[in-house]
Amino acid sequence: MFWKDASAFMPILLQGLQLTVAVTLGSLLLSTLLGLFWALMRVSGVTPLVWLAKSVVNVIRGIPILVLLFYIYFVLPELGITMTAMQAGILGLGIAYSAYQAENFRAGIEAIDHGQVEAAQSLGMSWIMMMRRVILPQAVRIVLPPYGNTMVMMLKDSSQASTITVAELMLKGQMLAASTFKNSTVFTLVALLYLVMSVPLILFVGWLERRNMPKR
Amino acid sequence: MIELTGVHKSFGANHVLRGVDASISKGEVVCIIGPSGSGKSTILRCINGLESYDKGDIRVDGLRVDRRGPDITAIRTRVSMVFQRFNLFPHRTALENVIEGPVFVKREPRALAIERGRQLLDRVGLGDKADAHPAQLSGGQMQRVAIARALAMQPEAILFDEPTSALDPELVGEVLGVMRTLAEEGMTMAVVTHEMGFAREVADRVLFIDHGVIVEQGAAKELLSNPQNPRTQDFLRRVLRPI
Repeated sequence: MFWKDASAFMPILLQGLQLTVAVTLGSLLLSTLLGLFWALMRVSGVTPLVWLAKSVVNVIRGIPILVLLFYIYFVLPELGITMTAMQAGILGLGIAYSAYQAENFRAGIEAIDHGQVEAAQSLGMSWIMMMRRVILPQAVRIVLPPYGNTMVMMLKDSSQASTITVAELMLKGQMLAASTFKNSTVFTLVALLYLVMSVPLILFVGWLERRNMPKR
Repeated sequence: MIELTGVHKSFGANHVLRGVDASISKGEVVCIIGPSGSGKSTILRCINGLESYDKGDIRVDGLRVDRRGPDITAIRTRVSMVFQRFNLFPHRTALENVIEGPVFVKREPRALAIERGRQLLDRVGLGDKADAHPAQLSGGQMQRVAIARALAMQPEAILFDEPTSALDPELVGEVLGVMRTLAEEGMTMAVVTHEMGFAREVADRVLFIDHGVIVEQGAAKELLSNPQNPRTQDFLRRVLRPI
Protein backbone atom coordinates (compact mmCIF):
# COMPACT_ATOMS: atom_id res chain seq x y z
CA MET A 1 0.00 0.00 0.00
CA PHE A 2 2.73 2.45 1.10
CA TRP A 3 4.91 1.58 -1.87
CA LYS A 4 2.08 1.91 -4.35
CA ASP A 5 1.14 5.36 -3.01
CA ALA A 6 4.75 6.33 -2.72
CA SER A 7 5.49 5.57 -6.35
CA ALA A 8 2.42 7.60 -7.34
CA PHE A 9 3.39 10.57 -5.16
CA MET A 10 7.10 10.64 -5.87
CA PRO A 11 7.00 12.42 -9.26
CA ILE A 12 4.96 15.25 -7.73
CA LEU A 13 7.18 15.50 -4.68
CA LEU A 14 10.29 15.47 -6.87
CA GLN A 15 8.97 18.51 -8.72
CA GLY A 16 8.77 20.23 -5.37
CA LEU A 17 12.22 19.00 -4.47
CA GLN A 18 13.66 20.78 -7.51
CA LEU A 19 12.27 24.07 -6.25
CA THR A 20 13.54 23.30 -2.73
CA VAL A 21 17.04 22.88 -4.16
CA ALA A 22 16.69 26.07 -6.18
CA VAL A 23 15.48 28.11 -3.20
CA THR A 24 18.21 26.69 -0.97
CA LEU A 25 21.04 27.32 -3.44
CA GLY A 26 19.78 30.78 -4.33
CA SER A 27 19.37 31.92 -0.74
CA LEU A 28 22.64 30.25 0.29
CA LEU A 29 24.51 32.24 -2.35
CA LEU A 30 22.75 35.47 -1.44
CA SER A 31 23.23 35.00 2.31
CA THR A 32 26.91 34.18 1.84
CA LEU A 33 27.61 37.28 -0.25
CA LEU A 34 25.52 39.58 1.97
CA GLY A 35 26.92 37.99 5.14
CA LEU A 36 30.49 38.50 3.95
CA PHE A 37 29.63 42.10 3.11
CA TRP A 38 28.21 42.79 6.60
CA ALA A 39 31.14 41.00 8.26
CA LEU A 40 33.73 43.01 6.31
CA MET A 41 31.93 46.23 7.21
CA ARG A 42 31.86 45.11 10.82
CA VAL A 43 35.63 44.49 10.99
CA SER A 44 36.56 47.47 8.79
CA GLY A 45 37.38 49.67 11.77
CA VAL A 46 35.46 52.54 10.10
CA THR A 47 33.02 53.63 12.80
CA PRO A 48 29.95 54.45 10.64
CA LEU A 49 30.31 51.18 8.71
CA VAL A 50 30.74 49.21 11.93
CA TRP A 51 27.57 50.72 13.37
CA LEU A 52 25.63 50.22 10.16
CA ALA A 53 26.65 46.56 10.02
CA LYS A 54 25.79 46.03 13.68
CA SER A 55 22.35 47.59 13.24
CA VAL A 56 21.52 45.70 10.07
CA VAL A 57 22.51 42.37 11.61
CA ASN A 58 20.53 43.02 14.78
CA VAL A 59 17.42 44.15 12.92
CA ILE A 60 17.53 41.10 10.67
CA ARG A 61 18.13 38.75 13.60
CA GLY A 62 15.23 40.28 15.48
CA ILE A 63 12.61 39.60 12.77
CA PRO A 64 11.16 36.11 12.26
CA ILE A 65 11.85 34.63 8.83
CA LEU A 66 8.10 34.22 8.23
CA VAL A 67 7.47 37.89 8.87
CA LEU A 68 10.32 38.83 6.56
CA LEU A 69 8.95 36.59 3.79
CA PHE A 70 5.42 38.00 4.17
CA TYR A 71 6.79 41.51 4.19
CA ILE A 72 8.72 41.02 0.97
CA TYR A 73 5.97 39.14 -0.83
CA PHE A 74 2.89 41.04 0.36
CA VAL A 75 4.04 44.51 1.48
CA LEU A 76 6.69 45.41 -1.09
CA PRO A 77 4.17 45.16 -3.99
CA GLU A 78 2.25 47.99 -2.32
CA LEU A 79 5.40 50.06 -2.76
CA GLY A 80 5.54 49.07 -6.40
CA ILE A 81 8.16 46.34 -5.99
CA THR A 82 6.72 43.09 -7.28
CA MET A 83 8.47 39.80 -7.67
CA THR A 84 7.62 36.16 -8.14
CA ALA A 85 7.09 33.97 -5.09
CA MET A 86 10.35 32.22 -5.90
CA GLN A 87 12.31 35.50 -6.02
CA ALA A 88 10.69 36.69 -2.80
CA GLY A 89 11.52 33.37 -1.11
CA ILE A 90 15.17 33.51 -2.12
CA LEU A 91 15.46 37.17 -1.15
CA GLY A 92 13.76 36.67 2.24
CA LEU A 93 15.70 33.58 3.25
CA GLY A 94 18.92 35.07 1.88
CA ILE A 95 18.52 38.26 3.92
CA ALA A 96 17.40 36.41 7.04
CA TYR A 97 20.37 34.08 6.99
CA SER A 98 22.88 36.77 6.01
CA ALA A 99 22.82 37.93 9.64
CA TYR A 100 23.90 34.53 10.93
CA GLN A 101 26.45 34.15 8.16
CA ALA A 102 27.85 37.59 9.02
CA GLU A 103 28.35 36.71 12.67
CA ASN A 104 29.92 33.42 11.70
CA PHE A 105 32.31 35.08 9.24
CA ARG A 106 33.18 37.79 11.76
CA ALA A 107 34.06 35.17 14.36
CA GLY A 108 36.34 33.48 11.82
CA ILE A 109 38.04 36.74 10.84
CA GLU A 110 38.55 37.87 14.43
CA ALA A 111 40.03 34.49 15.37
CA ILE A 112 43.04 35.12 13.11
CA ASP A 113 46.14 36.13 15.07
CA HIS A 114 46.75 39.88 14.96
CA GLY A 115 50.35 39.17 13.95
CA GLN A 116 48.99 38.22 10.52
CA VAL A 117 47.50 41.70 10.13
CA GLU A 118 50.81 43.27 11.12
CA ALA A 119 52.80 41.06 8.75
CA ALA A 120 50.45 41.98 5.89
CA GLN A 121 50.61 45.69 6.75
CA SER A 122 54.38 45.66 7.05
CA LEU A 123 54.56 44.26 3.51
CA GLY A 124 52.61 47.32 2.39
CA MET A 125 49.34 45.51 1.69
CA SER A 126 46.13 47.49 1.46
CA TRP A 127 43.22 46.46 3.69
CA ILE A 128 41.41 44.77 0.83
CA MET A 129 44.48 42.85 -0.29
CA MET A 130 45.20 41.79 3.28
CA MET A 131 41.66 40.40 3.58
CA ARG A 132 41.87 38.62 0.25
CA ARG A 133 45.37 37.19 0.50
CA VAL A 134 45.96 36.73 4.23
CA ILE A 135 42.91 36.86 6.49
CA LEU A 136 40.00 35.30 4.56
CA PRO A 137 41.92 32.24 3.30
CA GLN A 138 42.76 31.42 6.91
CA ALA A 139 39.31 32.30 8.24
CA VAL A 140 37.65 29.87 5.81
CA ARG A 141 39.04 26.93 7.75
CA ILE A 142 37.53 28.20 11.00
CA VAL A 143 34.23 29.16 9.43
CA LEU A 144 33.54 25.91 7.53
CA PRO A 145 32.01 23.73 10.29
CA PRO A 146 29.39 26.31 11.34
CA TYR A 147 28.87 27.15 7.66
CA GLY A 148 27.95 23.52 7.02
CA ASN A 149 25.51 23.72 9.87
CA THR A 150 23.95 26.81 8.33
CA MET A 151 23.66 25.08 4.96
CA VAL A 152 21.62 22.25 6.48
CA MET A 153 19.47 24.71 8.43
CA MET A 154 18.81 26.68 5.25
CA LEU A 155 17.81 23.56 3.36
CA LYS A 156 15.21 22.82 6.01
CA ASP A 157 14.08 26.42 6.44
CA SER A 158 13.49 26.67 2.70
CA SER A 159 10.21 24.94 3.58
CA GLN A 160 9.07 28.28 4.99
CA ALA A 161 8.89 29.56 1.43
CA SER A 162 5.81 27.34 1.12
CA THR A 163 3.93 29.99 3.12
CA ILE A 164 4.32 32.47 0.28
CA THR A 165 3.17 29.96 -2.34
CA VAL A 166 6.54 28.67 -3.55
CA ALA A 167 5.58 25.16 -4.65
CA GLU A 168 8.58 23.47 -3.10
CA LEU A 169 8.68 20.11 -1.38
CA MET A 170 6.71 21.09 1.70
CA LEU A 171 3.91 22.82 -0.16
CA LYS A 172 3.65 19.96 -2.68
CA GLY A 173 3.40 17.58 0.27
CA GLN A 174 0.70 19.63 1.94
CA MET A 175 -1.32 19.77 -1.26
CA LEU A 176 -0.95 16.03 -1.84
CA ALA A 177 -1.94 15.25 1.73
CA ALA A 178 -4.94 17.53 1.54
CA SER A 179 -6.23 15.96 -1.64
CA THR A 180 -5.52 12.30 -0.82
CA PHE A 181 -5.76 12.22 3.00
CA LYS A 182 -2.68 9.96 2.96
CA ASN A 183 -0.95 12.04 5.60
CA SER A 184 1.41 9.38 6.91
CA THR A 185 2.67 8.31 3.48
CA VAL A 186 3.09 11.85 2.20
CA PHE A 187 4.85 13.34 5.21
CA THR A 188 7.06 10.28 5.71
CA LEU A 189 8.21 10.73 2.12
CA VAL A 190 8.71 14.45 2.62
CA ALA A 191 10.77 13.85 5.77
CA LEU A 192 12.86 11.20 4.01
CA LEU A 193 13.51 13.47 1.04
CA TYR A 194 14.78 16.29 3.30
CA LEU A 195 16.99 13.78 5.10
CA VAL A 196 18.33 12.40 1.82
CA MET A 197 19.29 15.93 0.76
CA SER A 198 20.90 16.80 4.12
CA VAL A 199 23.23 13.84 4.32
CA PRO A 200 25.24 14.64 1.16
CA LEU A 201 25.50 18.26 2.34
CA ILE A 202 26.93 17.12 5.67
CA LEU A 203 29.38 14.81 3.91
CA PHE A 204 30.35 17.59 1.50
CA VAL A 205 31.22 19.94 4.36
CA GLY A 206 33.24 17.20 6.06
CA TRP A 207 35.19 16.76 2.84
CA LEU A 208 35.76 20.53 2.54
CA GLU A 209 37.04 20.62 6.12
CA ARG A 210 39.51 17.81 5.51
CA ARG A 211 40.68 19.44 2.30
CA ASN A 212 41.36 22.70 4.14
CA MET A 213 43.25 21.14 7.04
CA PRO A 214 46.54 22.93 7.68
CA LYS A 215 49.53 21.10 6.22
CA ARG A 216 51.64 19.35 8.81
CA MET B 1 67.57 57.74 6.44
CA ILE B 2 65.28 57.31 9.50
CA GLU B 3 64.73 60.35 11.71
CA LEU B 4 62.71 60.53 14.92
CA THR B 5 62.10 63.92 16.51
CA GLY B 6 60.33 64.39 19.84
CA VAL B 7 58.14 61.30 19.42
CA HIS B 8 55.47 60.75 22.07
CA LYS B 9 53.07 57.83 22.27
CA SER B 10 50.51 56.79 24.87
CA PHE B 11 48.41 53.68 25.19
CA GLY B 12 45.55 55.10 27.23
CA ALA B 13 47.03 56.36 30.49
CA ASN B 14 50.31 54.61 29.79
CA HIS B 15 52.80 57.15 28.40
CA VAL B 16 55.13 54.76 26.56
CA LEU B 17 57.32 57.11 24.52
CA ARG B 18 58.18 60.41 26.17
CA GLY B 19 60.06 62.36 23.55
CA VAL B 20 62.33 60.10 21.54
CA ASP B 21 64.95 61.70 19.30
CA ALA B 22 67.02 59.35 17.22
CA SER B 23 68.37 58.86 13.75
CA ILE B 24 69.64 55.92 11.81
CA SER B 25 71.87 56.56 8.82
CA LYS B 26 72.22 54.47 5.73
CA GLY B 27 74.26 51.32 6.29
CA GLU B 28 74.20 51.67 10.04
CA VAL B 29 73.32 48.86 12.44
CA VAL B 30 71.65 50.18 15.59
CA CYS B 31 70.69 47.96 18.51
CA ILE B 32 67.99 49.16 20.87
CA ILE B 33 68.23 47.74 24.37
CA GLY B 34 66.35 48.38 27.58
CA PRO B 35 64.05 46.82 30.17
CA SER B 36 60.77 45.27 29.06
CA GLY B 37 58.00 47.82 28.78
CA SER B 38 60.52 50.59 28.15
CA GLY B 39 59.12 51.35 24.69
CA LYS B 40 61.77 49.67 22.51
CA SER B 41 59.36 47.72 20.35
CA THR B 42 56.95 50.64 20.15
CA ILE B 43 59.67 52.72 18.50
CA LEU B 44 60.10 50.17 15.72
CA ARG B 45 56.36 49.76 15.33
CA CYS B 46 55.93 53.52 14.97
CA ILE B 47 58.64 53.71 12.31
CA ASN B 48 56.78 51.11 10.25
CA GLY B 49 53.40 52.72 10.89
CA LEU B 50 52.02 49.69 12.73
CA GLU B 51 51.31 52.10 15.59
CA SER B 52 50.37 55.74 15.34
CA TYR B 53 52.21 58.27 17.47
CA ASP B 54 50.72 61.25 19.29
CA LYS B 55 53.35 63.95 18.96
CA GLY B 56 56.60 64.57 17.13
CA ASP B 57 57.83 63.52 13.73
CA ILE B 58 59.12 60.32 12.17
CA ARG B 59 60.59 60.48 8.70
CA VAL B 60 61.91 57.81 6.35
CA ASP B 61 63.93 59.29 3.49
CA GLY B 62 62.17 62.56 4.24
CA LEU B 63 58.66 61.03 3.95
CA ARG B 64 56.60 61.56 7.08
CA VAL B 65 55.33 58.34 8.63
CA ASP B 66 51.56 58.55 9.01
CA ARG B 67 49.81 55.21 9.11
CA ARG B 68 46.72 56.70 7.49
CA GLY B 69 48.68 58.86 5.06
CA PRO B 70 49.29 58.34 1.34
CA ASP B 71 53.02 57.54 1.70
CA ILE B 72 52.63 54.63 4.06
CA THR B 73 52.90 51.92 1.40
CA ALA B 74 56.02 53.53 -0.03
CA ILE B 75 57.51 53.69 3.46
CA ARG B 76 56.65 50.08 4.25
CA THR B 77 58.20 48.81 1.05
CA ARG B 78 61.39 50.70 1.94
CA VAL B 79 61.50 49.61 5.56
CA SER B 80 60.70 45.94 6.18
CA MET B 81 59.91 44.39 9.51
CA VAL B 82 60.84 41.10 11.19
CA PHE B 83 58.69 40.12 14.16
CA GLN B 84 59.36 38.34 17.43
CA ARG B 85 56.75 35.71 16.61
CA PHE B 86 57.73 35.49 12.90
CA ASN B 87 54.13 36.06 11.70
CA LEU B 88 54.62 33.90 8.63
CA PHE B 89 51.47 33.17 6.64
CA PRO B 90 50.64 29.62 7.78
CA HIS B 91 48.54 28.80 4.72
CA ARG B 92 51.42 29.42 2.32
CA THR B 93 54.72 27.66 1.72
CA ALA B 94 58.07 29.23 2.60
CA LEU B 95 58.56 30.33 -1.01
CA GLU B 96 55.01 31.68 -1.27
CA ASN B 97 55.59 33.68 1.92
CA VAL B 98 58.70 35.19 0.39
CA ILE B 99 57.14 36.14 -2.97
CA GLU B 100 53.84 37.42 -1.51
CA GLY B 101 55.04 41.02 -1.18
CA PRO B 102 56.94 41.27 -4.48
CA VAL B 103 54.11 39.72 -6.53
CA PHE B 104 51.08 41.30 -4.90
CA VAL B 105 52.36 44.60 -3.53
CA LYS B 106 55.21 45.47 -5.89
CA ARG B 107 53.55 43.76 -8.89
CA GLU B 108 56.71 42.01 -10.00
CA PRO B 109 56.35 39.26 -12.61
CA ARG B 110 55.75 35.98 -10.80
CA ALA B 111 58.57 34.07 -12.53
CA LEU B 112 61.11 36.71 -11.57
CA ALA B 113 59.84 36.82 -7.98
CA ILE B 114 60.08 33.04 -7.70
CA GLU B 115 63.63 33.03 -9.03
CA ARG B 116 64.68 35.74 -6.58
CA GLY B 117 62.70 34.12 -3.78
CA ARG B 118 64.63 30.88 -4.22
CA GLN B 119 67.91 32.78 -4.16
CA LEU B 120 66.86 34.49 -0.92
CA LEU B 121 65.90 31.19 0.69
CA ASP B 122 69.31 29.85 -0.36
CA ARG B 123 70.91 32.88 1.22
CA VAL B 124 69.28 32.19 4.60
CA GLY B 125 70.23 28.52 4.26
CA LEU B 126 66.74 27.21 3.50
CA GLY B 127 66.92 26.47 -0.23
CA ASP B 128 65.60 22.94 0.42
CA LYS B 129 62.59 24.18 2.42
CA ALA B 130 60.95 26.26 -0.33
CA ASP B 131 57.85 24.05 -0.43
CA ALA B 132 57.52 23.50 3.32
CA HIS B 133 54.68 25.12 5.23
CA PRO B 134 55.56 27.12 8.36
CA ALA B 135 54.13 24.40 10.62
CA GLN B 136 56.80 22.05 9.25
CA LEU B 137 59.66 24.37 10.16
CA SER B 138 61.50 25.01 13.42
CA GLY B 139 61.39 28.43 15.05
CA GLY B 140 64.83 29.31 13.73
CA GLN B 141 63.86 28.25 10.22
CA MET B 142 60.62 30.24 10.39
CA GLN B 143 62.49 33.34 11.47
CA ARG B 144 64.95 32.91 8.61
CA VAL B 145 62.05 32.62 6.16
CA ALA B 146 60.65 35.81 7.71
CA ILE B 147 64.00 37.52 7.09
CA ALA B 148 63.95 36.30 3.48
CA ARG B 149 60.39 37.66 3.17
CA ALA B 150 61.59 41.04 4.44
CA LEU B 151 64.56 41.02 2.05
CA ALA B 152 62.32 40.14 -0.89
CA MET B 153 60.85 43.63 -0.73
CA GLN B 154 64.38 44.92 -1.51
CA PRO B 155 64.12 47.30 1.43
CA GLU B 156 66.57 50.03 2.30
CA ALA B 157 66.34 49.10 5.97
CA ILE B 158 65.02 46.25 8.10
CA LEU B 159 63.54 46.60 11.57
CA PHE B 160 63.98 43.56 13.82
CA ASP B 161 61.63 43.37 16.81
CA GLU B 162 63.23 40.93 19.28
CA PRO B 163 63.90 38.46 16.47
CA THR B 164 65.34 35.74 18.72
CA SER B 165 63.23 36.13 21.87
CA ALA B 166 60.72 33.44 20.88
CA LEU B 167 63.41 30.92 19.93
CA ASP B 168 64.82 27.96 21.80
CA PRO B 169 68.36 28.85 22.87
CA GLU B 170 70.03 26.45 20.45
CA LEU B 171 68.24 28.06 17.49
CA VAL B 172 69.24 31.65 18.29
CA GLY B 173 72.64 31.33 16.63
CA GLU B 174 71.35 30.49 13.15
CA VAL B 175 69.15 33.61 13.09
CA LEU B 176 71.84 35.90 14.49
CA GLY B 177 74.24 34.44 11.91
CA VAL B 178 71.98 35.51 9.04
CA MET B 179 71.58 38.95 10.60
CA ARG B 180 75.32 39.34 11.00
CA THR B 181 75.82 38.53 7.31
CA LEU B 182 73.23 41.13 6.38
CA ALA B 183 74.99 43.70 8.54
CA GLU B 184 78.32 42.91 6.93
CA GLU B 185 76.75 43.38 3.51
CA GLY B 186 75.79 46.91 4.51
CA MET B 187 72.08 46.58 5.25
CA THR B 188 70.65 49.35 7.40
CA MET B 189 69.24 47.67 10.49
CA ALA B 190 67.47 48.62 13.70
CA VAL B 191 67.38 45.70 16.10
CA VAL B 192 65.49 45.53 19.38
CA THR B 193 67.29 42.77 21.22
CA HIS B 194 68.40 41.24 24.48
CA GLU B 195 71.40 39.59 22.78
CA MET B 196 74.19 41.72 24.19
CA GLY B 197 76.82 39.60 22.45
CA PHE B 198 75.24 40.38 19.09
CA ALA B 199 74.97 44.07 19.95
CA ARG B 200 78.62 44.22 20.94
CA GLU B 201 79.88 42.36 17.88
CA VAL B 202 77.63 43.60 15.11
CA ALA B 203 76.07 46.92 16.06
CA ASP B 204 77.65 50.25 15.18
CA ARG B 205 75.65 52.02 17.81
CA VAL B 206 73.51 51.07 20.80
CA LEU B 207 70.56 53.01 22.21
CA PHE B 208 69.54 52.35 25.78
CA ILE B 209 65.87 53.14 26.39
CA ASP B 210 64.17 53.35 29.76
CA HIS B 211 60.72 54.73 30.62
CA GLY B 212 60.19 55.95 27.08
CA VAL B 213 63.32 58.06 26.65
CA ILE B 214 66.77 57.38 25.27
CA VAL B 215 68.85 57.42 28.41
CA GLU B 216 72.19 56.79 26.80
CA GLN B 217 73.55 56.08 23.35
CA GLY B 218 76.92 55.54 21.81
CA ALA B 219 79.28 53.23 19.97
CA ALA B 220 78.35 49.65 20.78
CA LYS B 221 81.54 48.47 22.46
CA GLU B 222 81.92 51.73 24.31
CA LEU B 223 78.40 51.78 25.76
CA LEU B 224 78.27 48.09 26.60
CA SER B 225 81.63 47.90 28.35
CA ASN B 226 81.70 51.34 29.87
CA PRO B 227 78.16 52.67 30.46
CA GLN B 228 78.00 56.16 31.95
CA ASN B 229 74.42 56.43 33.13
CA PRO B 230 73.53 54.62 36.39
CA ARG B 231 70.34 53.19 34.86
CA THR B 232 72.33 51.72 31.96
CA GLN B 233 74.86 50.32 34.38
CA ASP B 234 72.11 48.76 36.46
CA PHE B 235 70.36 47.27 33.42
CA LEU B 236 73.53 45.80 31.95
CA ARG B 237 74.50 44.31 35.30
CA ARG B 238 71.14 42.53 35.48
CA VAL B 239 71.28 41.30 31.90
CA LEU B 240 74.87 40.13 31.92
CA ARG B 241 74.75 38.54 35.38
CA PRO B 242 71.18 37.39 35.88
CA ILE B 243 71.93 35.32 39.00
